[in-house]
Amino acid sequence: MKAVVLGGTSGMGRAISQKLVERGDTVFLLGFPESDLEKSAADLKARHTKGQSAKYAVLDLEKPDTFAGALDAADKALDQFDTVIVTAAMFATPDAMEDDMELLRRLVTVNYANTVVFCEHVRKRLLARGGGKLTVFSSVAGERGRKPVGVYGSSKAGLSIYLEALDHKYNAQGLDVLCVKPGFVKTGMTAGLKPPPFAGEPDQVARDVIAAIDAKKPVLYTPGMWALVMFVIRLLPRFVMRKINF
Amino acid sequence: MLEGWGRVPAEGREILSENLERVTPGTVLMRGLGRSYGDSSLPANPKDKVVASRLANRIISFDPETGVLRGEAGLSLVELNRIFLPRNWFTPVTPGTKYVTLGGMVASDVHGKNHHVEGCFGEHVRSIKMRLADDSIVECGPDKESELFWATVGGMGLTGHVLEVEFTMKRIPSPWIWRESTRVRDLAEYMDSLNAAAPRWPMTVGWIDCVCKGSAMGRGILDAGRWATAEEAGSRPLKQGPSIKFPIDLPDWCVNGFTVAAFNTAYYWKQFDERITGLATPKQFFYQLDGILEWKRGYGKRGFTQYQCVIPRAAGVKGVTDFMQLLTKLGGGSPLSVIKDCGPEGRGMLSFPLEGTSIAVDLVVTPELQGIVDRLNEFMIELGGRVYLTKDRFTRAEHFRAMEPRLDAFLAVREKYDPKHRLRSGQSVRLFGDKASAFGAK
Repeated sequence: MKAVVLGGTSGMGRAISQKLVERGDTVFLLGFPESDLEKSAADLKARHTKGQSAKYAVLDLEKPDTFAGALDAADKALDQFDTVIVTAAMFATPDAMEDDMELLRRLVTVNYANTVVFCEHVRKRLLARGGGKLTVFSSVAGERGRKPVGVYGSSKAGLSIYLEALDHKYNAQGLDVLCVKPGFVKTGMTAGLKPPPFAGEPDQVARDVIAAIDAKKPVLYTPGMWALVMFVIRLLPRFVMRKINF
Repeated sequence: MLEGWGRVPAEGREILSENLERVTPGTVLMRGLGRSYGDSSLPANPKDKVVASRLANRIISFDPETGVLRGEAGLSLVELNRIFLPRNWFTPVTPGTKYVTLGGMVASDVHGKNHHVEGCFGEHVRSIKMRLADDSIVECGPDKESELFWATVGGMGLTGHVLEVEFTMKRIPSPWIWRESTRVRDLAEYMDSLNAAAPRWPMTVGWIDCVCKGSAMGRGILDAGRWATAEEAGSRPLKQGPSIKFPIDLPDWCVNGFTVAAFNTAYYWKQFDERITGLATPKQFFYQLDGILEWKRGYGKRGFTQYQCVIPRAAGVKGVTDFMQLLTKLGGGSPLSVIKDCGPEGRGMLSFPLEGTSIAVDLVVTPELQGIVDRLNEFMIELGGRVYLTKDRFTRAEHFRAMEPRLDAFLAVREKYDPKHRLRSGQSVRLFGDKASAFGAK
């Protein structure tokens, strides 16, 4: 596998990148800042079964004009990538966004609009070479309008629908789209929040995601228990959702 | 709530981050995977900021020529083994669990089955990057800021937060162990066998039955091992094998005198032949208990502690026998007591091992436990032995002071780098008299 990982320096993206190189796959990192990319690249080189060095390019999801150039760099380094994994996103609590409309605007733009733009770049490239794999992290927060993750969840809901449509439209042309819906995972992103029951670890999520990519699954709930949790949440009537704080 | 491996909880919350340099300023304690049994990785006050290092797990550099590896503090032995065992590299020292981080291995100055040959982990560390109590960052090692370095090695995280660790990995001829397991009938035979094995085998450890009284006291199984040669190992790949997770908290009454005796008898007779030799995986040899994830649940919710002490060589077999008899008399029966010999004391100022015999027994938390630990500690003071801070939660300050002549030297270094005792843990409050009040409170 020749994989580009956007967000591979931290959290679940880091765990996935590490596991991929440990089984001999080639990884190209996208993200920022450069100092962090450099450290992660050194880590991936040390972990790679054949000591293969990992390369990287700076890409900021807030700057769509950097997307094409970064993907060119990835294509050049990997001699055409066949897999793209997107774990990067923004997170903020409703409290943080209450008095900061700019933060809210940035979050919705990054998580939905700019991620979709990035995926469109990737889709065109992969289809032009006969297909490939596109794995994008959405969230269980996009399944239902829930009080603690309303805005964040809505950005992920849009993303999930986009990915579903991508799968419907291009699967026959060899594009394997995987929409990952993690439940609560204990990473730096969620560090300030109280972990609910069934909270997962990045390591476990990474294993699930790689297995789902290999198996060409279109949707993955991880940790698996969240499939059941969200099944129940989706069934809850509105008057209950108005009452509970989940 | 946070807990150590012994499950006695303390109120508090972890600050989890991949970026230790960013989050450590102003924090008072760092913890890794929470495998220390007692309160060394638990906050003294619920408001204390505790950093969890386990996501900071990057390898910064590895030199395949020399084996020198530099990693972030949260890099764990699980990962190192997974990556480097197949390439014939191994950590110079491993404790009995692989669920430990580099930072934790430094703070506890861990020892392993090869202590009589390789010493503790700290002996193999070349350099540490640390965040000190005044929020500055320093690099220290045996040849730079060596006083700080040797106070940090085995210093239970109280001299500063370990950010990065550089140490030398060991080349191994194959990722397999050549093991010889011997069943021994009593404690005297056990000690003889252990002493006889030490010069011949780089790794030794044993399990003894300390519930069995009378002539069979101390019956057990002695494991000796070395890395198998490439010829012995052949080209067979290392199987990881599944790990089973302990599914539930057993009710507290499950571990009682009868079940412990039954377990120990079964464990003793699992090896029917007196001597078995052959290949073993590192998992089978080093990490028997890791095969059952969350095994602590077997002791139930009340929690438990491990009493690990080292009895100096001068106290002889008699010292060990007396200890076992005292333990039995106090009713501190434990499934699987671990016993092994230690080489000379290392340079870490509070590092646990000293030349003699180390014994570790699990004790469940009961109203009598404090009395049992006190009595064992008094006996340890008489013998000139000491306890392992990583396992400890019940030792009294005065007992620790009496068994630790190096304490003043350690506290002097701590005073120099952290005069306000800003870095603290439940353990430092209990043993070193740090205040547990919230910072800034009057």
